[in-house]
Amino acid sequence: MTVAEVSEHLSLEVLAEGDLNAPVRSGYCSDLLSDVLAHAGGGDVWITHQRHMNVVAVAKLREVAAVVIVHGASPNEQVVERARSEGVSLLMSDENAFQVAGKLYQLLGG
Amino acid sequence: MLQAGNLEEAGSVSGDVRRELATLKVEEDIIRRAGIVCFEGEMNIAMYSQGGRIILLVADDRVELLFSDRGPGIPDIELARTPGYSTAPDWAREMGFGAGMGIPNMERQSDRMEVRSRLDGGTVIRAMFQRGKG
Repeated sequence: MTVAEVSEHLSLEVLAEGDLNAPVRSGYCSDLLSDVLAHAGGGDVWITHQRHMNVVAVAKLREVAAVVIVHGASPNEQVVERARSEGVSLLMSDENAFQVAGKLYQLLGG
Repeated sequence: MLQAGNLEEAGSVSGDVRRELATLKVEEDIIRRAGIVCFEGEMNIAMYSQGGRIILLVADDRVELLFSDRGPGIPDIELARTPGYSTAPDWAREMGFGAGMGIPNMERQSDRMEVRSRLDGGTVIRAMFQRGKG
């Protein structure tokens, strides 16, 4: 399953396009940046409420497949710009973290 | 030089370090680990100190990151190394920092790490990554 396919199945809005063909391995749900740095895996879809500049840095460091910002909270334009220039896929959902994580879990076959 | 209190820009040094290490053809594993250590280190400088600097050293056998700041120092280094312990201000916690995982993460991702601190002086952290481990 690729980022593009996940995005379509979960009706996500693509704010910044990184590699949308990147394979999605699993998911990680956290708002604590150090927790993500310590435990998220490469190829995870990172589900979070955080939407500031450091999200892009953490996503890049951890090499996640994509970031999904939940509950329709949009990041500012500088963050989106940074994500674009760093090649980080930044997606947005109107749904909450539970719903997004649940759907992703089901989509990836548990 | 890193400025105090500017968390938005603080993440940029780790990106520079990663690019520099990649140019020097350092092992992927070290680039990944050094990037994480640098990010945690620069966040600590931005959150807790009055400013500081990060020095990157690349040798044939190792990579080192040296963080030094002017600031309050760490009164109890053992406590600061305890997972979950944090003195982060509320504004930083709201951004997802201050989980008490910074220093433990830095130790976990590096091969060796030393923390030295002087109260009302500053803190120096040296993180080392051994090269050539395959």
